[in-house]
This record gives sequence, C-alpha cells and structure tokens, in this order.
Amino acid sequence: MNTLSQDTVEILYLAAAVCFILALKGLSSPRSARRGNLIGAAGALLALGTTFLSTDLDSIVPILLAIALGSAIAVPAARRVQMTQMPQLVALFNGVGGGAAALVAILELSENSSQSAGDLAATSFTVLVGAVSFAGSAVTFAKLQELMTTRPVVLPGAAPALVVGMAVCLGLSVVVTLTGNLWMGGVLLAGGLLLGVMFVLPVGGADVPIVISLLNAFTGLTVAASGFVLRNTLLLVAGTLVGASGTILTRLMAAAMGRSVLGVLFGALRGGSTAGSTAVSNRPVKSVGPDDVAILLNYARKVVVVPGYGLAVAQAQHTLRELAEVLQGRGIEVLYGIHPVAGRMPGHMNVLLAEANVPYTALKEMDEVNPEFKTTDVVLVVGANDVVNPAAKTSPGAPIYGMPILEVSQAQQVIFLKRSMRPGFAGIENELLFEPTTSLLFGDAKDSLTKVLGAVKAL
Amino acid sequence: MSDVSLLVVFVLAVFVGFEVVSKVSTTLHTPLMSGANAIHGIVLVGAVLVTGHADSPVGIGVGLLAVVLATVNLVGGFVVTDRMLEMFQGRRPQGGGQR
Repeated sequence: MNTLSQDTVEILYLAAAVCFILALKGLSSPRSARRGNLIGAAGALLALGTTFLSTDLDSIVPILLAIALGSAIAVPAARRVQMTQMPQLVALFNGVGGGAAALVAILELSENSSQSAGDLAATSFTVLVGAVSFAGSAVTFAKLQELMTTRPVVLPGAAPALVVGMAVCLGLSVVVTLTGNLWMGGVLLAGGLLLGVMFVLPVGGADVPIVISLLNAFTGLTVAASGFVLRNTLLLVAGTLVGASGTILTRLMAAAMGRSVLGVLFGALRGGSTAGSTAVSNRPVKSVGPDDVAILLNYARKVVVVPGYGLAVAQAQHTLRELAEVLQGRGIEVLYGIHPVAGRMPGHMNVLLAEANVPYTALKEMDEVNPEFKTTDVVLVVGANDVVNPAAKTSPGAPIYGMPILEVSQAQQVIFLKRSMRPGFAGIENELLFEPTTSLLFGDAKDSLTKVLGAVKAL
Repeated sequence: MSDVSLLVVFVLAVFVGFEVVSKVSTTLHTPLMSGANAIHGIVLVGAVLVTGHADSPVGIGVGLLAVVLATVNLVGGFVVTDRMLEMFQGRRPQGGGQR
C-alpha cells in the first residue's frame, strides 16, 4: 500500500515523535506517569500504522504474523510477571530491542549495496552496540534471575581480554565501514555478543540496575543510528530521546548509589571491588522472639520501617501494611524509609509497596527520613541489608563503599527481620547486626510479621 | 533528508532527551527506565521496512526475526510499564459502597 504522500508520512511521524516526548515528560511525575505511558503507546501505534501505509511492502502477511507472534509472547509475560521480577523483565525487553536493531543493520548491509560511508559507519555502530546490548542484557537477566552467581565474575586475564576485545571490535567496525562486507558484519555481530558478556560478567549484583539503564541508553542510540541509515526521522528522534534520557537516568541512579558509572563497569577489573564474602559469620548476635518485638513496637512513639527486597520475596508487603495500620491506630507514628535502590532497581520498592496499597505519603525518601532517625524509637528493618550497612561509610574496600545509606544506627533500637545471617546482595557482612542496640528476629519475613502482628494485637 | 538535516534533528533530540528527565524523583526511576525501554521498541518500524523490502528468503527470515524481537520490546515494554504505574494510582474505591 502506498496511499499516503511523503509529506503526510513525515507529519504523522512527527506526531508520533511528539507523543514519545510527551510520554517521557509524563513519566517524570507521579501524577501524569500512567497517561504519559499510554500516550507513548498511542504514538507507537500511529507510527506503525503510518509505516504500513507509507510504502509498498512485500511479505505483509508474514510481517503481520510476526507482530502477532511477538505480542503473543510479550503480553502474557508482561501481565504475569511478579513485581519482584520486574527488573529482569525490563532487561530482557531491552536486550531483544538491541538484538532487533542489530539484525536490521545486518539486513541493511546485505540488501543495500549502495550505502555511503556515513551510512556504513552508522550500520557497523548499530551491529556492534546492538549485539553488546543483547548479550549484556542476557547476562544481567541471568544474574537477576539468579541463574548464575550475582557476585562479580572476574576470570583470569579479564581486564586485558576486555581491552583486546574492544580493540578488535573497533577494528572490525572500521573494516565494515570501509568495505561494507556482509560477512565481516557477521563477525562484528559475534564480536559484539562476546564483548557484551565480557562487559557485564564483572559487575556485581547490586550494580546490575545501573548496567540495565546504561544498556537501555545504548539500545536507544542503536535505534537512532538505524533511523539515520533508513532516513527515518521517527527512529532517529525516538532512539536519540532514549539514548539521552537513558544516559541522564543512568547517572542519576549511579549518583543515588554513590557510584560512578565507570566504577560500576570496570571496578571489579581493577580489583578491590570484590572484597565481599559469602561466608556466614558465627559472631554472637542478639536474637529475640516475636513477642519481644511486639512489646518494643507497642511502646514506641515513632517507628520507621526500612523495607528491602527480602520483604518482597516473602510477599509480606500486605502484612507489613496491616502491622503499620494497627500501630498507627494506637497513636504511634509510622514512616517508611525508602532507600533509592531498595529492591533490585531504583524506585523498585515504591512499586512493590504501592502494590500493597501503602499510601504514597507515608513513603519517605532517604534524604527526608535520615534526619528522623535521631528521634526514632524503633527501626524495623525487613529483609533489607546493604542499604543500612555502615560498611558503605567505613570500609573503603567494600563493594558498596560510598553508597549513601539509611542511618538507622542513630535510632534507639534496631530490629532486623532476617531469614539467616547470610549477607545481602552485595555479599558483605553488616557490622550493624552485632551492635548492642540491634536485635534480630530470624525467619521468613511474612511468618515473622504475622507473628509480630498477632502479638501486637494481643497486647 | 540530507545527512546534515538528520544531524540537526539528532542534536536537538539529544537536548530534548536531557531536558525531559533532568528532574525526576527516584520513586519513578523504575517506571521511567521501563517506559524509555518501550519507546526504543519503535525499532519495529525499521524492522518492518527492511523486511518488506528484502528480496532473499534468508533476508526475509532474518527480518521477520527482527520484527518478532522488536514487537516483544515495544508491546511488552508498554504493557509492563502500565502495570507498574497502575499500582501508583493507589487505593481505588471498592464498588459503590459509601456515599
């Protein structure tokens, strides 16, 4: 079908691009976020419809079937995923986007033999970076899904291998740019895949979200480069928007964790960032029962709850909210102290608590809640560890060193609900557990909270 | 479109991209990342174009694979972002209870 004039097509693409800008703008504020996302989806639909009406396409039926197949895979996955597994799903979606961009570039190489040098440069960029994004996202997925270890994996000679790998891939890109040779493009694709794996393997589990965000920006840039090659302004604008906003977002996230982006990527290779251990310490701690916790909570004036990923894994958000409501009913002030990277991704914990209907206003960000701890009687740390670990301030060798933490040690009493003495995601021991003001209630977060709730109600 | 005008569009888009997300609370980092992720799924348009113009069976096959992957990115990205943001709406009134 070729029913639209070139100008009409450009105008419709412009409208779609504006939709994407409005979508990103809307996503930056809680009130307009959902509408923003829907505007983005409408823009995508408009763009796709325009594409089908803009030019004569062969094999329309298989294309439509492929789109139907893709939707049939994506919708159930997106609908059914547990909120706790959201980060890996985002990583996966990002990876396949990068893979698609790389394949489009390879096709351009094979089908279009009259590309200019600029086009070929953009094409080889897309092949390389798309492949890196695909393979890197696959490794982040494996790490978050705990299909492999979440700790940094540093193989012997990893640092020089990475340098050599980057040099070889750069050289291959130059060759592809100069010759436009399809087979060299294939080799470049393979090199990019290998490079993506080498990039992400040495990144520790706690830093993986930053890498996802970075790869997201990378994929955006590959889409922009595809737009350049295809002379398609919509792809150029959409890809650039994501590349730029993704870069900013990556820096914001890294800042929230007190890390530099380069430190995240190459820290383990320089050594020093692998100081963590998975050893279970046998130093003495103060272990208490649910009744003791209930008494501490019941006679407090101000309680701050610090939720972590363990809370979400145990699906205990609802029980926690119930406990908070009972305490509030007795005139106790209850706040939630949310670390920017609580959960597995910045902002993840807010999503998890919103799922449990915790009012948005009770959630305090780190800067708001830190001054509150001095006047807090009891801090209840539920399934969190790294975000309250003083090692971030005191031990320069620790993987989380430099990350701002919730300063719970300033409170009168700290109660940890933990499954075991196993260290957190970053793999380092928490000195706070051995402080005299700290008590530990061992067990599954949901079981423990249910027992504490029962005991509080009985008081 | 000439290469230079594409470059103009690119540079302007970089600044727009920087500008729209420069002030965003950590609360929304996850949905924003996921939403931006959905937007680059629009590479589907590119995948459809190259597949529709491909001649060889292998080319069409590779193109269709790209279409499937891009669709997963685009559709899945928007659906999962919507699901996340739905939860931020907070408590909804249950039925038409009290008046």
